[in-house]
Amino acid sequence: MTHRGSKVLHVGSLARVEGETALHLIMDGDEVAEARLAIYEPPRFFEAFLRGRSYTEPPDITSRVCGICPVAYQLSACRAIEDACGVVVDGQLAALRRLLYCGEWIESQTLHIHLLHAPDFYGCDSAIDLARTRRADVERGLRLKQAGNAILELLGGRAIHPVNVRLGGFHRIPTRAELRPLAERLRRARDDAQETVRWVAGFEFPDAGCDNDLLALAQPGSYAIESGIPTVMPAPTTAGLPADSDRALPTRSFGVHEFGDHVVESQVRHSTALHSRLDGRRHLTGSLARYAISGRWLSPIALQAAQDAGLGDPRQGIVCRNPFRSIVIRAVEVLYAVDEALRIIEAYEPAPRSYLDVPARAGTGHGATEAPRGLLYHRYALDAQGTVTDASLVPPTAQNQGAIEEDLRRIVQERMRDGDPTDAELTVLCERAIRNHDPCISCSAHFLDLTVERGGRGLRRFHAE
Amino acid sequence: MTASDRPKLAVWKFASCDGCQLTLLDCEDELLGIAEKVEISHFLEASSATDPGPYDLSLVEGSVTTQQDVERINHIRAVSRRLVTIGACATAGGVQALRNYADVAEFQAVVYARPDYIATLATSTPISAHVPVDFELRGCPIDRGQLVEVITAYLAGRKPDVPAHSVCFECKQRGTTCVTVAHGTPCLGPVTHAGCGALCPAYGRGCYGCFGPSNSTNFPSFIPLLRRDGMDTLDIVRVLRTFNTAAPEFDAASRKELGQ
Repeated sequence: MTHRGSKVLHVGSLARVEGETALHLIMDGDEVAEARLAIYEPPRFFEAFLRGRSYTEPPDITSRVCGICPVAYQLSACRAIEDACGVVVDGQLAALRRLLYCGEWIESQTLHIHLLHAPDFYGCDSAIDLARTRRADVERGLRLKQAGNAILELLGGRAIHPVNVRLGGFHRIPTRAELRPLAERLRRARDDAQETVRWVAGFEFPDAGCDNDLLALAQPGSYAIESGIPTVMPAPTTAGLPADSDRALPTRSFGVHEFGDHVVESQVRHSTALHSRLDGRRHLTGSLARYAISGRWLSPIALQAAQDAGLGDPRQGIVCRNPFRSIVIRAVEVLYAVDEALRIIEAYEPAPRSYLDVPARAGTGHGATEAPRGLLYHRYALDAQGTVTDASLVPPTAQNQGAIEEDLRRIVQERMRDGDPTDAELTVLCERAIRNHDPCISCSAHFLDLTVERGGRGLRRFHAE
Repeated sequence: MTASDRPKLAVWKFASCDGCQLTLLDCEDELLGIAEKVEISHFLEASSATDPGPYDLSLVEGSVTTQQDVERINHIRAVSRRLVTIGACATAGGVQALRNYADVAEFQAVVYARPDYIATLATSTPISAHVPVDFELRGCPIDRGQLVEVITAYLAGRKPDVPAHSVCFECKQRGTTCVTVAHGTPCLGPVTHAGCGALCPAYGRGCYGCFGPSNSTNFPSFIPLLRRDGMDTLDIVRVLRTFNTAAPEFDAASRKELGQ
């Protein structure tokens, strides 16, 4: 098909309507000028219909942005609204929130590792296909995922869109006795999590680097999950290091209330997801960033597993910038989350009340937490009656989009140096590169409708930023 | 059974959060068993392999919000022997149907700096507004046990056993003390479709209606109970206008509250 003088090549047997994501590669001779990830997910306008709602509603409403990480939405919303109202939830209620979040990390990251990502390393279409040859590994993954769901179901009522979270804490908090059977189950899950790290560490990983600034929350003393300060590790080339360098660089931080001054969203024509930039540069959130910024605070068992898996010792200033190895970091994070959940349960004493009162007041509040796929920020403006007058949600996938596109551009460029690949080969390569970053599930497993524009740069003007 | 003998299952996504199709992957104990009984022919959340159909059973998640999706659901219906909607979006339009009360141009301008880049319809509508539906599974999200029941029932050629009575029945079955009677907590249980197992009252909060209206709502009697327990008109409209806002019974009750 000829389009404005450029050759446009469609790859794939699927009808285009079936994908929520498509990739356009724009070639300039032998150079990949640009890779564009087009997200077709229909817009749902959460930020618009949150206006006029009561300040008590966003935890339940925003959880419906994502069925894969509802707790992340609930707890980012709670933090932001409690910030607006001048309330700090700490002590055992904060510990229970972290426990709930550990459940989501275990469930959601195990889902990605076993059901979405691992099949790539075996050339399989799905985990069901993978189970034909690796049944024990898939079953171990399902068991581990179920252990994460058990935490969500006990503390939240159900695994998807839990009902028990509210401003100030929970509707109901468990007794020590109720948590005991969970601890039994988590002790078995810890063995499964260790075995999973060993399993994924044995996969074959292509060499690759990541020349993006890394953004994650930091909470010195613990691996940041449900709270922390936004912290940036600059891209390696800013310090004269190669993109695949494993050396940590000095970090800088900013208050969560300054988030909007640093991370700026813009809209691009080819996507219904807003793009973000950090201080004008491309950045990446998620497991690579968290491991670089918080790795030294992992528990001993998780640190040992990370070193045995070849990730190096984060306490010695070692980081991992190979996106293909993100699956290993996710497995280490799952092991940490199981271990941390056990620690919280062992130290648990029920708080005197299940929640703190959060009286409404006029103001603006900010909240950020580490969703499984990266930093999730919420901001709400309230009037004196507690009506939401403005809302802003900045999800990790929107922040990562620029970095994923750059990854794709580099990976395809490198592949082209070894001769002209077929489009089918390019599609497989690009799908893998996208799954490395665990974008929202529907995008990550959707078949890529790959378009290669070979020839002039005429179409670039459609990329209106 | 060989692959060709097994019934073909397809899972489709429209405007949604993915939570209802995730429920299928959350059937950890049943997933590999189900995959032996049916051929999962199209399920992009789980597999990059796809089969063009036709399908014996299509599970549809999400609401229709674009012109392209209007065409897509018609195609899916044409290639599916049975079509079951899963969840509040597919069954009632979902939380994104809040746009139906607003000016979509204004909504676009709030979220997007360049609303002219976004193609969307003015309304979010359930699947049944576009094509005939064999069964509608309720919930935001759906219940795992009910999903397994629906798949099993269609494989066995019978109707799913999914009661349409209210959440109150489930509180009684579970032995939960009524939060309204005991504590004066406003609760949508009396007008809400069962299926969750009466979760919210078990956690000490009132039901917020995420399974949509039951088969026996009586709003003229029910609304005064909400007022007695402290809700004003705005509170009542808000609680009815969430995840099943476009369900006809909830929509009519909220409009009546506003004098429309």
